[in-house]
Amino acid sequence: MGGAVPQLALVDCNNFYVSCERVFRPDLVRVPLVVLSNNDGCVVSRSNEAKALGIKMGQPWFECKELAEKHGILAFSSNYALYADLSNRVMSILNDFAPRHEVYSIDECFVDMTGMPKLREVSYAMRERVGMWTGIPVCVGIGPTKTLAKLANHVAKKHPRSKGVFNYNALSEGQKALLLQRIPVEEVWGVGRKLTKRLECHRVRTVQDLKQAHVPTLRAEFGVVMEKIQRELQEVSCIELQEIQPDRQQIIASRSFGKMVTELPILQDALSTFVANACAKLRGQGSHAAVIQVFLQTNRFRKDLPQYMPSLAVPLPYPTNDSLEVNRWASFLCERMFKPEYQYKKAGIMLSEISPVTHRQGDLLEGDVSSNGKLMLALDTLNQRFGRGTVKVSTQGAYQDWQMRQERKSANFTTDWNEVPVV
Amino acid sequence: MKSAVLSHPEPVCIPEKKVWLEVCGWKVPAGFASPAADHTRKRIDLNEHLIRNGAATHIFKVKGDSMIDIGIYEGDALLIDRSIEPRHGNIVLAVLNNDFTVKRLHRRGGVIKLVPENPRYPTIVVKEEEEFSIWGVVTYNLHKLY
Repeated sequence: MGGAVPQLALVDCNNFYVSCERVFRPDLVRVPLVVLSNNDGCVVSRSNEAKALGIKMGQPWFECKELAEKHGILAFSSNYALYADLSNRVMSILNDFAPRHEVYSIDECFVDMTGMPKLREVSYAMRERVGMWTGIPVCVGIGPTKTLAKLANHVAKKHPRSKGVFNYNALSEGQKALLLQRIPVEEVWGVGRKLTKRLECHRVRTVQDLKQAHVPTLRAEFGVVMEKIQRELQEVSCIELQEIQPDRQQIIASRSFGKMVTELPILQDALSTFVANACAKLRGQGSHAAVIQVFLQTNRFRKDLPQYMPSLAVPLPYPTNDSLEVNRWASFLCERMFKPEYQYKKAGIMLSEISPVTHRQGDLLEGDVSSNGKLMLALDTLNQRFGRGTVKVSTQGAYQDWQMRQERKSANFTTDWNEVPVV
Repeated sequence: MKSAVLSHPEPVCIPEKKVWLEVCGWKVPAGFASPAADHTRKRIDLNEHLIRNGAATHIFKVKGDSMIDIGIYEGDALLIDRSIEPRHGNIVLAVLNNDFTVKRLHRRGGVIKLVPENPRYPTIVVKEEEEFSIWGVVTYNLHKLY
């Protein structure tokens, strides 16, 4: 790299789920629109019109009904098959632009553009191509660290004048300070609402405040992660992706390998460990996931070797926290992406669309939550005593007939021959 | 729209180059090159031939008979590529006032027309105040004959 300033771009899809729904429904382009979580519980994606009407992220849908009727807000059930497919398309386009990238979630991707000439033009071209090829609008934020790239993306989204691209690196020192003074500290990646309150006690209110905060105090009060966030704001790259919990609820499990891996079974074996860890986490918090995403990465520092950083997402047939079931999909996705001619340095899985298990059971078993809860507990106890897999839920037979409540789901436009759009 | 049923979740993926190798089913005599070896080659993959850009291609089914004169019938499946810059004469999937329609694109002298391929339908002249965009260019029509 030879000391060149890193140019990290965060490409983030605007209102991703809502944008996906609009691709096949041009009649909804200006209609206020929301997408609901599993079982049509809460709002998980909002169009700008819905935001303007005061619908909050995560708000239960029943609370919005009055407002919805008054303003004609339309709600869709989550259609993960559609979102996963469009996400895979977006990511493959970004891959063509810059092989060095890291898929961060179903709708976000870090793209390493360091040393690329005509950064501005390329960024606009990237945005345009994703928009044209997939119909999904994206914003691009560029910065010297991931934290600042994320912040730059926030600016690109908020300010129409940026036309969807904002480059923090292009600012003068004075402009940087001015910008960071205007952004509240809670917009910083990894600083949640709770931390914002605690930071407030130390008179740290803006991003600039955090950037200039007294280091020993910060470390003593908030620990090493906050110190890393501060270093990132000071343009020193020090955050690995997994260290920050993403905004949207999701679980990432990934690792770099000790040495390069070239065989499929070894990759699948590694992934199964990640799956086991992630699913244990899910079960521990009493939740399940509806989407799995798997990614593989070659060694981006070995410029002498060919680079390949694919990722692929699929919706699970039903939300689950069953390691075996999730692992089947992880292996399947890994096999689909695996190419023997590359040497892999890292692999990982992401579980998203996480919701509490009780929601589903309450809806499907007519409120009989406790008895089903007891059954699950019995299963876990038996498995703990006699070893994992002693008793297993017969997934296919038992689950198929009680699918999620998805009364408002759009068709599987891109993944099911019988549901492709009609024109 | 069809009722909401979660189908088997296998997205129509960007076709990575799938290669099916024909397997030689006969024994190879040691010491001599098999004369059949040269004929072992990969089977044709329709994805490769029909889809020029997987990330930008979608499938739509046809309703109506406005394009029957060029062999597009109700129920046919159209491959539509969003990455192609639409040109005069292309068959396109257009969005006119929020509705999808498949027509031949006429674009000459600042006038945009959507031309049906069936004399029973009128040519649509797109007015300036109308909302108009092109969703994608039709690259293939899959018509079932059997």
